[in-house]
Amino acid sequence: MTKTISEINEKIRSGQAVVVTAEEIIGIVEEKGVEEAAKAIDVVTTGTFGPMCSSGAYFNLGHSAPRIKIGGGKATLNDVPLYTGLAAVDVFLGVTAMPEDDPRNKTYPGSFDYGGGHVIEELVAGKDVKLEATAYGTDCYPRKKVETLVRLEEMNEAVLFNIRNAYQNYNVGVNLSDKTIYTYMGTLKRNLGNANYCSAGQLSPLLNDPLYKTIGIGTKIFLGGGIGYVSWQGTQHNPGVPRGENDMPHRPSGTLAVIGDLKQMKSAWLRGISMRGYGTTMAVGVGVPIPILSEDVLRYTSVKDEEIFAPIVDYSEAYPGRKPDVLGEVSYSDLKSGKIEVSGKEVPTASISSYSKAVEIAHTLKDWILKGDFLLTDPVTPLPGLEDGIQFKPLNERWEE
Amino acid sequence: MTVSKRLVLHFPRKLVDQPILCRLARDYNIDFNILKASVTPNEEGVLVVELSGEESNYNKGNEYLAQTGVAIQPLSKDVVRDEEKCIHCGSCVVLCTGGALSVERPTMKVNFDHTKCIACEICVRSCPSRAMEIRF
Repeated sequence: MTKTISEINEKIRSGQAVVVTAEEIIGIVEEKGVEEAAKAIDVVTTGTFGPMCSSGAYFNLGHSAPRIKIGGGKATLNDVPLYTGLAAVDVFLGVTAMPEDDPRNKTYPGSFDYGGGHVIEELVAGKDVKLEATAYGTDCYPRKKVETLVRLEEMNEAVLFNIRNAYQNYNVGVNLSDKTIYTYMGTLKRNLGNANYCSAGQLSPLLNDPLYKTIGIGTKIFLGGGIGYVSWQGTQHNPGVPRGENDMPHRPSGTLAVIGDLKQMKSAWLRGISMRGYGTTMAVGVGVPIPILSEDVLRYTSVKDEEIFAPIVDYSEAYPGRKPDVLGEVSYSDLKSGKIEVSGKEVPTASISSYSKAVEIAHTLKDWILKGDFLLTDPVTPLPGLEDGIQFKPLNERWEE
Repeated sequence: MTVSKRLVLHFPRKLVDQPILCRLARDYNIDFNILKASVTPNEEGVLVVELSGEESNYNKGNEYLAQTGVAIQPLSKDVVRDEEKCIHCGSCVVLCTGGALSVERPTMKVNFDHTKCIACEICVRSCPSRAMEIRF
């Protein structure tokens, strides 16, 4: 059995496509088997909603009169610094940026109340934010200062551009030390007090297409409540990690860079996040449709939480020291049960990403496709795979050749 | 007799820039301990304080506060969840000391049982989307 994306799109247009979520497919395959399910089903939708730090947006603010060259100057939105090393009124805002006067970890653990992710959430919600910029002044851009309210609809372009999202699997964070630590995996209590994980598991986009057979550059996706596209492999994309017989990676592996028009997104799916003692970030909603082109593709989408394993990593010493030590592997069904066993101890689990929101994303995408509003795209080119031999490089500090 | 009470003081906009607590301490010999302060320029200010002093001074001080236009409320603390803000990640459940926050399976949504909450406020500080709020 093979299908093409254009055949599937024809069915979507005529309202005949059969679309299910990556959760629903599990029961269907158990009941009907892979062969029959692959014939019957056209698209499987996935979803994930969690903090994704390598996210941000670029804006073209429009030109003031007289003109100001913000490029090469300094600028903030609601006091959060923007990257200005671009043309006169193009700026980039990253979600981990925070106001200069945020106390950060001066009083440990810092609370990190407001950052770039919160600015993006407010802009998408249609709120006014305060732009302040200073420049050095030139003959063609004489103005040295501007202070004004801006909102999304007034900007020429506002584009969400996340250079690493939707990690294919992730670490489970624990703390072996004798004091509480505050990490990007949340608050980790001392002596294995809790184990925090961060993946939608069986619903996660890249865990439903482990070898990148359908998701590629140009794939149209659900992004932040609107439509986006996979623009590239994400940073740290690392297919060559240990994998199971079912091809599922047992370590953080593939990633996606994604892009989309911020003006059509929804603030419910782009949420400013404050990680105590760590910093600000943004929870991003991503959902990828998987066209059932073959039985192999369908088999991958039927993966269950109990067949996906994540590594348990100590964030008090191993992670900060970049040591490769792993305390063990655990399935997502165990993680979701509320407790796991680590080094002989029963440890309660908590999630940093939202499974219920991931379910909502997969259903929303399914509804869009069923209504005929959302057609699938053929990738322009595939993501790098196992065969490309990507090596995940550390930073080796050096001073001489 | 010494009196000590925890109060929530609401300062109207016109009083935000006045040294009211300073006068309370200086003129009425009342000790104050600020538990929480939120004073936004051009808006109302809210101050949660513990005031203590000799009873007659305390009563006179309270009269002074009322005269200035500060609204006074007794303190009672309450943790509430902003349902709009909660993203149901579940990172709070392992931190909750009273067992008020728990994950409902298989939906993996987070439940908040207000009756079990002991207002320790750990969730308020740890919630990534700032959905848990303390109300006085």
